Amino acid sequence: MVNRIMQRIYLCLIFLFLYAPIVILIVFSFNDSKSRAKWNGFTLRWYKEMIQDPQIRSALYYTLAIAIIAALIATIIGTFAAIGIHNMKRWKRNIIMNLTYLPVLNPDIVTGISLMILFIFISSRFSILSPGFGTMLLAHITFNIPYVILSVLPKLKQLDKNLYEAALDLGATPWYAFFQVILPQIAPGIVTGALLAFTLSLDDFVISFFTTGAGVSNLSILIYSMARRGVNPKINALSTVLFITVLFLLLLINARSSKDRVRKEHA
Amino acid sequence: MKKSVILSILSVFLITIFLGGCGSKDQTTLNVYNWGDYIDSSVIKQFEKETGIKVNYDTFATNEEMYVKINKGNASYDIAIPSDYMIEKMIKEGLVEKIDFNNIPNYQYIEDRFKNLEFDPTNEYSVPYMWGTLGILYNKKMVDEPVDSWDILWNPKYEKQILMLDSQRDSLAVALKKLNYSMNSTNDAELEAAKNALIEQRPLVLAYVGDEVKDKMIGEEAALAVVWGGDAVTMHRENPDLEYVIPKEGTNLFVDSIVIPSTAKHKAEAEKFIDFLCRTDIAFKNTDYIGYSTPHMEARKQLDPELANSPIAYPEPEDLENAEIFIDLGTYIEQYNRVWTEIKSH
Amino acid sequence: MNKKWISAPYLVWMVIFIVVPLFLVGFYGITVRTDTGFVFSLEPLQRCFEPTYLKVLGRSVLLAAISTVICLILGYPIAMILTSKDFSDKNIYLMLFVIPMWMNFLLRTYAWLTLLEKNGLINVLLQKIGLNPIHILYTNQAVVLGMVYNFLPFMVLPIYSVLKKLDSSLIEAAQDLGANGFQTFIKVIFPLSIPGVVSGITMVFMPAVTTFVISRLLGGGHYYLIGNLIEEQFLSVGNWHFGSALSIFLMIIILISIFITSHYETDKEGSVGLW
Repeated sequence: MVNRIMQRIYLCLIFLFLYAPIVILIVFSFNDSKSRAKWNGFTLRWYKEMIQDPQIRSALYYTLAIAIIAALIATIIGTFAAIGIHNMKRWKRNIIMNLTYLPVLNPDIVTGISLMILFIFISSRFSILSPGFGTMLLAHITFNIPYVILSVLPKLKQLDKNLYEAALDLGATPWYAFFQVILPQIAPGIVTGALLAFTLSLDDFVISFFTTGAGVSNLSILIYSMARRGVNPKINALSTVLFITVLFLLLLINARSSKDRVRKEHA
Repeated sequence: MKKSVILSILSVFLITIFLGGCGSKDQTTLNVYNWGDYIDSSVIKQFEKETGIKVNYDTFATNEEMYVKINKGNASYDIAIPSDYMIEKMIKEGLVEKIDFNNIPNYQYIEDRFKNLEFDPTNEYSVPYMWGTLGILYNKKMVDEPVDSWDILWNPKYEKQILMLDSQRDSLAVALKKLNYSMNSTNDAELEAAKNALIEQRPLVLAYVGDEVKDKMIGEEAALAVVWGGDAVTMHRENPDLEYVIPKEGTNLFVDSIVIPSTAKHKAEAEKFIDFLCRTDIAFKNTDYIGYSTPHMEARKQLDPELANSPIAYPEPEDLENAEIFIDLGTYIEQYNRVWTEIKSH
Repeated sequence: MNKKWISAPYLVWMVIFIVVPLFLVGFYGITVRTDTGFVFSLEPLQRCFEPTYLKVLGRSVLLAAISTVICLILGYPIAMILTSKDFSDKNIYLMLFVIPMWMNFLLRTYAWLTLLEKNGLINVLLQKIGLNPIHILYTNQAVVLGMVYNFLPFMVLPIYSVLKKLDSSLIEAAQDLGANGFQTFIKVIFPLSIPGVVSGITMVFMPAVTTFVISRLLGGGHYYLIGNLIEEQFLSVGNWHFGSALSIFLMIIILISIFITSHYETDKEGSVGLW
């Protein structure tokens, strides 16, 4: 019993540590003063300024656009890659898997600067790919693909090979068999990979920081430059909005999955 | 198998080129690269409204950062606002374009003493935007002795209450001036002495900062800071306990000027923007908001006379006798780079 | 059907965007620029071994190691509590634990920046209850704090997932055989959880040793880590050769530490990768 209370207290302390800074950001986003220690009354001014800030708006746009496009392309390339790798001979597969792990294990900063060197090298010689939206997108796709592959491969391992061959024996074309038989079975892995890619891309700072160009900042880059300029209540307002969005989405996903569970249990 | 490899190589290239193309899609967007917090943001909106040209606004914290981005980073900015020595370097290296002054009628309002300066002797590349000095800002409540020398930044009494600039030329200038050397020194021994002075000072320094210095000093997080005069004006407005001095050993006089980098894609629009910044009402708005001294005669006249005649913002030439303008050091800058990295890593 | 070819676009992509860039880094790391062009030189790599920079490296490893140990000490009990049987509302706690991770990590770091200031909320509260204010912003402690705060979940989650799969009959058997709680932990639970601990350590240590954001925002440009050094070489000094050499150096350290830890990871899916 004492033990259990101790456990609760410990958890509470940890949660305090984890949440106090966030809660304080949220509370002070309503503070009618730039001060972060004194409360000067309630205001929605920072929210209004945040919405009107063209830099925040364009950063939001770039963040979402890049996350969606990068996740989509990475999922397509990654899924096909996983299927191909799965069918390879062992030694070949090992080589390629080691390569696939490289961007996952490599420090972000090294991936970032290596891509930066590449893009600048290309753009200074061929006058394509000048740093900006395009290069940032390519970088995001690059670091996303391995995560998609790593999510899809386990599903492929569980796959029953005979099913596909049975479909072919029954007269399905390879593509038809792929879409009707294989795809539905590895779909959960693909979805996981896509979601993972999307969130990684949303949250990325380091690689974006090095691969972006004139006038293109995502939210992380913007927050970094704003934070370097000092305390800015607009960031507090932005944090609040992002936090509420994340909370809402997670609750939604959780509610859905628990509903599924209930349904399954009743069935 | 071979065919498919070729096909896939092709498709990757196509995606690459297509995506690469997305970034550089040509709308009339003007890419402006300026110091952080160095413009009244309503000015940008007004420009967009009046001309229909969209402005993409990016900021940098040091001249060096801007230089690397434009030179090595291939970023295509249409407007940049570096300082004197950096402009000199960029002219030498062909990184800036000549400006067609016929398109900048408002240039006539710029005071003559800011024209034909050493860094752009024939005045073909740059239009002065703001100018000022480097000095010490201190909080009257926290510093009780007279502040008149760079030496106070080495006073152990103010341990962890000193903010230095995270900018190599400026911080080294402070040390060089403290030691009574030129801030454009290209003497190894002098530079080494300056390096040792800054390393010795490290334990006293709270942080090496950029634009956040304003926030920190207004919030009384530190007692002393090395700041640019214009920022001192803004900070004094927010917190009257903050006073600015130009140390007796001498200081840096800087002129930040507008240039068009040679990678610019919208030169005509860029000139329109420069002319717009030189319009009296706009120049007034900017100098009023950012607090730096304007080289624009008419805008200065519109300022609060107390500010327009204040020795902090508009020091008389005799106050600036031992002030130096940074000059480009050519390849010797490598030594500065190395020394600065060593100081920061210590 | 031979479906191997459909991974070809990926292979091409990998070559262009992973292999070639790394070769470029390697190229810059072993050359210097002279008037005639690039010339082979070991100077950038040699410079990494100058005492000043070795000190930066030592500091990075030390701070990251301290943060990792703190994360382990704080995190292991959390993982145990979250898996313990008498917690009915475990899922909610687990979710509560994950939510902060979904916040942008720059925002989380920024939050501490505002809290730790001399006149920040923590000090105002401390003074209200009559305690001395603390001055830790822009010190090593602040950097460690930022690392622990940001990376703690990376330690807890792998340990949690290993502990969750632990066969509870093993623990019961140990208890039946007379082991007390502590003995059960030392002899049974902890050894079985080592794979989780090891991946937790890697997942905390790696981002910590390479960060430049936490040290920049919370260290005030004062406590340079190797990440800051690399960032500065690329973004403000413009010395790509030294920057690349430092990156190679960093990569080698990371790969060695992965090599060491991968020997402890046996049952992980990921054991296919890299040795």
